[in-house]
Amino acid sequence: METSDSIIIQTEKLEKIYPLGPAEIKALDNVTLSIAKGEFLGLVGPSGSGKTTLLNIIGSLDAPSSGSAAVLGRRIELLTHKESSRLRNEHIGFIFQTFNLLPVYTVYENVEFPLLLQGIPSAQRRTMVMQALEWVGLAERASSKPAQLSGGQSQRVAIARAIVKRPEIVLADEPTANLDAANSHNIMKTMVDLNKELKTTFIFATHDEKVISYLNRKITLFDGRIEKDEITGTAR
Amino acid sequence: MLMMKLAYRNIIGAGMRTWLNVAALSFAFVTIIFLKGVYNGMNDQVERATIDALYGGGQFWHERYDPYDPQSFVDAHGIIPEVLRPLIKQKAAVPILMRQGTIYPGGRFRNILLKGIDPQQKILAIPVSTLTDRDGTIPAMIGTRMAKHTGLHTNDCITVQWRTSHGTFDAREVMIVNIFKTTVQEIDNDQIWIPIDIMQKITELPDQATMIIINKESKIIPAAPGWNFKDLNFLLQDLHSLVEMKSMGGSIFYTILLLLAMLAIFDTQVLSIWHRRKEMGTLMALGMTRAQLVGLFTLEGSFHGILAALVGALYGIPLLSYVARNGWGLPQSTDNFGFALGDRIFPSYSLGLIIGTTILVLVITAIVSFLPTKKIASLKPTDALKGKMT
Repeated sequence: METSDSIIIQTEKLEKIYPLGPAEIKALDNVTLSIAKGEFLGLVGPSGSGKTTLLNIIGSLDAPSSGSAAVLGRRIELLTHKESSRLRNEHIGFIFQTFNLLPVYTVYENVEFPLLLQGIPSAQRRTMVMQALEWVGLAERASSKPAQLSGGQSQRVAIARAIVKRPEIVLADEPTANLDAANSHNIMKTMVDLNKELKTTFIFATHDEKVISYLNRKITLFDGRIEKDEITGTAR
Repeated sequence: MLMMKLAYRNIIGAGMRTWLNVAALSFAFVTIIFLKGVYNGMNDQVERATIDALYGGGQFWHERYDPYDPQSFVDAHGIIPEVLRPLIKQKAAVPILMRQGTIYPGGRFRNILLKGIDPQQKILAIPVSTLTDRDGTIPAMIGTRMAKHTGLHTNDCITVQWRTSHGTFDAREVMIVNIFKTTVQEIDNDQIWIPIDIMQKITELPDQATMIIINKESKIIPAAPGWNFKDLNFLLQDLHSLVEMKSMGGSIFYTILLLLAMLAIFDTQVLSIWHRRKEMGTLMALGMTRAQLVGLFTLEGSFHGILAALVGALYGIPLLSYVARNGWGLPQSTDNFGFALGDRIFPSYSLGLIIGTTILVLVITAIVSFLPTKKIASLKPTDALKGKMT
């Protein structure tokens, strides 16, 4: 197993409770886990099992109700809004089910966006953006608008945007839910290659068997609890 | 710089919605500058005409003269003070003697103001030089309005009746030697101009005047006991108040126009924030802070103002320059406004007016753009990504 200095995510008795009128819903219940650098793992489970909630807390988009979550040495529950923003901007890439590309920007500008926030100089930005687009095979579509792309191409752009800043962690929430089988496999292969090449840690929230078949670690959640945590082999 | 770049990209990317707002705002811009320019031009024009034809560089009033009380005219005269005689001799001042009188055009009774003036004077822009053509009768001059109201024409003779200094009635026939056109009604309506020397003689007020008008170049104003000097600030105060009042009326119009444009921007901002919740969630996930988001949306709204200024300049500069050069034709009825306007008004646009209006519109646009963005400050990234507003 991984050594303690390769652990980049550590949660301890994590709980997340949402108020629902007079009642409460426990989205996460006593979740303790460790994730090492370079893992290609999935949070698996039915709808409402807490996959996205856990992903959001790891991504510092949300804070736990109790317990702790340390990401790259930073305690998520203690971060200010500004510090969370910086953590996301510098170290975490996001891939969403609905791609979430910025519609008025071109493919190039979408991928460039995280680098603009980091204040990277123009020439360096250009190199990094073009390299990211080449990784996902979309360099020739750099000037297209998202509306001109297919679903598979849009998700590739989202991947390029997530990895362009070379983050330590990429969080992907149901990345293949809006794609057909062929595109899903293509996307997954691209991410496996990036995982191998850049040593980026990929964490998926999914219940798609196609995605699950690529994982090297599968954490099954049910009603907010970890039901199973298994090593499934090496990513293809 | 980054925010500017992003805001610019976003509003240009918003296409038609942006350009509709920009068109409305640029119209407000151009209209405000135009209307302000019209009132400035009106003010300048009226002021210039009134100074040239009526006030000169200021007036010495006999102490009993009150322009708002015609009853005072009978006693409002006195010997021209010694201290002003050199100015009159040098043609740097001109005395005017006033007396109430009566004429009977078409057999009808009409009160008039008889005014005596030196036909050689050059201080007031009134064509009094024609009053030198005497042929046994008293030469008189009236304005076109007076001519219209009385039915008098050039070379017509009319009897004028007045009271002498002793209070007895006297009357003479005067011949209309000239009918002049002026925009300044105060030297036209119900007034008959005759040479001052004749006026002093027939009214038995030798060497006397009601007021003495000095020229615009006079720097030193001597003190004359029994006479009150009225400078241009005093003389023009009614005129300024009148223009200001008319300007206020215009302000209501362009305030409504500006409010409509601002409402469009406010509406666009609210809709934009509502429609782009998911985008805001994405931006936050990519590392943007709430403060940066507020800044971005405020800048986007403010850019409408900047684009409107540029678009407004594009069509406004040629349009307003054309109107400034060629004037704006006024209807005949404008003559009843009580302004010395003439038949065309020439708007006057100062740099201060243009910069002031631009700053005003930009500041209001920025405030209107900022107000709806306060909602973003409470936005949770997870809610925004789901398309919810916290």
